[in-house]
Amino acid sequence: MKKILSLCLLLLSSSIYASSSVELQEADIDLSDKISLQRGAKHFVTYCLGCHSAKHIRYLRIAVDLGLDEKHVLNDIAPEGAGIYEQLHSAMNQHDAEKWFGIQPPDLSLIARSRGADWLYSYLKGFYIDKNKPFGVNNVVYEDVSMPNPLWQLQGEQTPVYVTHGEQKSIEKLVSSGHGTQTPEEFDRTVNDLVNFLVYVGEPVQLERQQLGKYVIFFLLIFLVIAYLLKKEYWKDVH
Amino acid sequence: MNIKPSRLRLCGNWVLERFPLAKVWNEHMAHYYAPKNFNFWYFFGSLALLVLVNQFVTGILLTMNYKPDAKLAFDSVEYIMRDVNWGWLVRYMHSTGASAFFIVIYLHMFRGLLYGSFKQPRELIWIFGMLLFVALMAEAFMGYLLPWGQMSYWGAQVIISLFSAIPVIGDELSLWVRGDYVVSDATLNRFFAFHVIAVPLVLVLLVFMHIVALHEVGSNNPDGVDIKKSKDPWGHPVDGIPFHPYYTVKDVVGVAVFLLFFATVIFYMPEMGGYFLEAANFIPADPMKTPEHIAPVWYFTPFYSILRAIPDKFAGVIGMGGAIVVLFLLPWLDRGKVKSIRYRGGIYKKALLLFVISFLALGYLGTQPVTPLATTMARIFTAIYFGFFLLMPIYTRWEKFKPVPNHITLDPTLEERIPALIALWNEVTEIRSIDTDKGVVMKRRFNATGTKHVFIRFAKYLKESLD
Repeated sequence: MKKILSLCLLLLSSSIYASSSVELQEADIDLSDKISLQRGAKHFVTYCLGCHSAKHIRYLRIAVDLGLDEKHVLNDIAPEGAGIYEQLHSAMNQHDAEKWFGIQPPDLSLIARSRGADWLYSYLKGFYIDKNKPFGVNNVVYEDVSMPNPLWQLQGEQTPVYVTHGEQKSIEKLVSSGHGTQTPEEFDRTVNDLVNFLVYVGEPVQLERQQLGKYVIFFLLIFLVIAYLLKKEYWKDVH
Repeated sequence: MNIKPSRLRLCGNWVLERFPLAKVWNEHMAHYYAPKNFNFWYFFGSLALLVLVNQFVTGILLTMNYKPDAKLAFDSVEYIMRDVNWGWLVRYMHSTGASAFFIVIYLHMFRGLLYGSFKQPRELIWIFGMLLFVALMAEAFMGYLLPWGQMSYWGAQVIISLFSAIPVIGDELSLWVRGDYVVSDATLNRFFAFHVIAVPLVLVLLVFMHIVALHEVGSNNPDGVDIKKSKDPWGHPVDGIPFHPYYTVKDVVGVAVFLLFFATVIFYMPEMGGYFLEAANFIPADPMKTPEHIAPVWYFTPFYSILRAIPDKFAGVIGMGGAIVVLFLLPWLDRGKVKSIRYRGGIYKKALLLFVISFLALGYLGTQPVTPLATTMARIFTAIYFGFFLLMPIYTRWEKFKPVPNHITLDPTLEERIPALIALWNEVTEIRSIDTDKGVVMKRRFNATGTKHVFIRFAKYLKESLD
């Protein structure tokens, strides 16, 4: 019993991927919010797909899972010329990518599973002006990332406010230094929708899995009761 | 009366006259007498078998869509997760099954330590079991490379590079194991071959020998009493019952409880907070980019901790290997005359408690990055780990044993414990009258003094039981 308890503690204790020093903001993930996911899909194709692929998901799957008409997905979400059975491939090829960014932008199918939703949410909100960088921006969550801020028009530009602890200079917070096309609340929602969609893309079966789980566990409970009664019946005469 | 046998029965008889099916069944199931007093710890043998079958069935299904190719492996796993019907379920059953296997096996081995199941005459069962454990570790290690994620790749890179610490032949040996200068397609292919064919065959063979050896000498029990000593007029052990149907129905209950936990993980937490499926393994393997923190899967971390705790690399490899080799020697290290912990002296109980703590602590430290404090702790726990085994021939001689009964003692069943549990519940809570806006209501509330008494009683019991 002691061993099991300690094992549980071991399993519950600090999770492995908590490496960045910045405190992350919390994303509000709700995969049953189909409207949010639909907006997220649209944002993804508009702002991300130019450079990043999501090659493990197909437009058809998105249509089915988000409750959309196939035609609607092709006309409204997918880029022009994409087929419904196709995966979300980026238009940018590897050669150009390496010339422009030094590296091919990673595929985003599993980014929510490797980084976590909160990290993505904070990252997308964490760009700030840094004239020393090739793209003019840096990021509080992922320092020196070679990625421009794709959402700058929506968010507006952010500049950092520094605090100094002795020798160390660190960023305390980011302040907006120019208005974007969206208000801060609207922008938070946009980023949240995008992250929500990425979490869905990370594991499209997630909702189905949790729904099925209820029935499996219900069945196993019934099975346990029957198995226990059977055992009791057989063991009646053991003294 | 003369009944004409049916065709089916004739067919059956035809087989039985030519194949000893009934004999095998009786020898190992219906006429195999097991002690009556198996407790919680005795579920894990049959559960290990269940998990093995689960791994075989889901593993075979996975190979139907998996591609053992460095260019395709990662994508084929995602293909299974998304495009193959029920592929996600099969994959999660396999990945969760791997961790479940080690939980079950560690508990199964711990049972052996508790009740002295490795002691004479069951030394060979323990040896086969240990060989199974080694084969299982090889199986898990090679299987972990197959998803070809960052952690798969770099974990394999680190562990294979350990071979190069061996003097003279080291570099050549690790090159031979990898089939390349780094972990690559060649490594992936050979690991696939070992994971799906070679090691599973070894596992099946060893399980067979483990069980045959067990059924030759008979099962141990929580009292460590030899049930063959007292037999009834028909030659059956008085303290024994046929394995089938008694333990088959009992094990089904264990299976149901296990599956409840197993299903909860599969359906609600398949990553288990990054312990069963690590976050870094959702990034495809990249030989040019080392992850910031390489750690093996949780079930290897105690041994990984020992490796890291020892300053010299080669000595570390020896230490890690030694941590497993020393388990093989257990039957000859333990000089205690009594099997079960129930009748053993306090010194073994305390040593075992220290060992469990150090094993769990080493496991935890193995998941964490190296810091000076962590390294010091790991060294202390490594010393305790080895001390438990290597000092055993000395401290088990000083043990003062309690008298072992001639017959087994039956523990109260779950249902017989219910009144005691209710009494305990009544002690830690009390009915109190509480003023609410609807008037005074009687409500059950937490009782601090009662809880304190329970804790003191428990601490006293714990202290006594360690003497």
